[in-house]
Amino acid sequence: MIEAIFSSGFFQRAILAGSFLALACGLLGVFLVLRKDAMISHGLSHVAFAGVALGLVLNFLPVVISLIICVIGSLFILKLKEQAKLHGDTAIGILSSSGMALGILLASLKRNFGVELITYLFGDILAITPAEVWLSIGLALLVVVSIIIHYHQLVFMTFDRESALVSGVKVRKLDKLLIILTSITVVLGIRIVGLLLVSALTVIPAASALQLSRNFKSTLILSSLFSLLSILSGIFLAYVFNLPASATIVFLSVFIFLVSLGLRRAG
Amino acid sequence: MNQKQEEIVRVEEVSFFYEDFPAVKDVNLSIYRGDFLAIIGPNGSGKTTLLKIIVGLLKPQKGRVYLFGQALEEFSDWHKVGYIQQKATHFDPIFPISVEEVIACSLRSSQKVGRRAKDQSKEKIEKILKLVGLEKEIKKPITKLSGGQQQRVLIARALATEPEILLLDEPTTGVDYMTQESFYDLLGQLNQEHQLTIVLVTHDYGIVNKHVNKVACLNQKLIYHGEHSEFCQSAVVQELLSGGHHLVSHRH
Ligand SMILES: Nc1ncnc2c1ncn2[C@@H]1O[C@H](COP(=O)(O)OP(=O)(O)O)[C@@H](O)[C@H]1O
Ligand SMILES: [Mg+2]
Repeated sequence: MIEAIFSSGFFQRAILAGSFLALACGLLGVFLVLRKDAMISHGLSHVAFAGVALGLVLNFLPVVISLIICVIGSLFILKLKEQAKLHGDTAIGILSSSGMALGILLASLKRNFGVELITYLFGDILAITPAEVWLSIGLALLVVVSIIIHYHQLVFMTFDRESALVSGVKVRKLDKLLIILTSITVVLGIRIVGLLLVSALTVIPAASALQLSRNFKSTLILSSLFSLLSILSGIFLAYVFNLPASATIVFLSVFIFLVSLGLRRAG
Repeated sequence: MNQKQEEIVRVEEVSFFYEDFPAVKDVNLSIYRGDFLAIIGPNGSGKTTLLKIIVGLLKPQKGRVYLFGQALEEFSDWHKVGYIQQKATHFDPIFPISVEEVIACSLRSSQKVGRRAKDQSKEKIEKILKLVGLEKEIKKPITKLSGGQQQRVLIARALATEPEILLLDEPTTGVDYMTQESFYDLLGQLNQEHQLTIVLVTHDYGIVNKHVNKVACLNQKLIYHGEHSEFCQSAVVQELLSGGHHLVSHRH
């Protein structure tokens, strides 16, 4: 039976797209959590909802449209954070509810796409098309490579923003880069676990890694491993036991978090 | 005069307002190579603001700043400037970063990636940690060190880029007296042996005065600026002291 699973095209595509996504989420999540930006992926997933609804109404590539809307929304959050008298979480709150409201409004224009919409809300990894697999791999690689190229600057500004500024690190440019990468990752994650649970992928593995590591590099490695572990075993278990993949993945990552917490307490 | 008189920082008629609250008013200040300048003044007198203006974090509404003879807006050799902000050791207690990584991320932010840069920076980090007496803590998480040790890590990080001027904003608040003293001895040594120009904002003039050669007294305006030796007898100080201002030897 195992053999049959692994030779299934659906399953192979799910595993391939899932692995790359896991890596992007695991790495990016560490920066987001330490910047106290953990909720940004949650907010952006709601912004992406407007894009998904628009894509479904126009009947044109919901993934691409939500990617565009999400990137625009994320830059808007950044602008609000910098220029309005607001904390970041408030800016996220404003944008995410606007996105959700717009999505609901758009969705009401066209009846009967309840089923399609639901695959975006809850994710449907086995419905991933080959084209989406390639898109996922390409964009996830973009995320990973960007983080590697700017690794030291990103660590510096996350740890000590003011000193990084004085040292000539292009902090504002990198803020933009991070939030755009997050938008990309969120939109990819929506296909796999759905927009209601996508923020779990960027938050929980990083939070687990933080329980156990003493330096930055090991945090990144652990976070990526935890992320891979929960996504891959989640897809597998969901396939075998016919469970919803999104919920299975999230439960596994929460389980890993609890184990990490226990290990930290014990150690 | 001689080479010692090279002007490293020049602050010209600078005023700074938060919204419309004036924090710094019409300040003129020159800092020369090899100076060890103490900036003193009561709480809220604009010391932090002035330092932030010098390192380019705040833009003054009025006046100009020059670093190494270049207008601040055109200056780009930021590795020559080390800055340790007020409360610099108030790190996020969950941030996972080792002493080595704290220094590496600063050192290598301006470098290309690659094996050679990595090896060179490792060597350099070890050397600098030895200078500040922390070579044994290289792998430790910075949040697990004492306040005094954390200060030294930040000095090491600032020194790693081989700065020519180091600006520190009340670096020893919350550190015990003995640790403060050895910290200032280290600064004195860097100033004397390595000709590092040092600008130190402090509340506690008493403990640093043996290392300092210049003093600036700030209270929105620059009240006094000159040689340390003349400072103690200056009429300004006498007047301020009798006026009840706690300019000197104030401790938290
Ligand atoms: N971000 C800010 N917004 C408004 N006022 C500020 C801000 N930072 C400092 N101030 C005010 O400017 C004055 C100078 O502050 P500061 O430079 O921090 O003084 P010092 O470092 O000498 O204690 C103080 O009265 C302070 O309340
Ligand atoms: Mg201050």
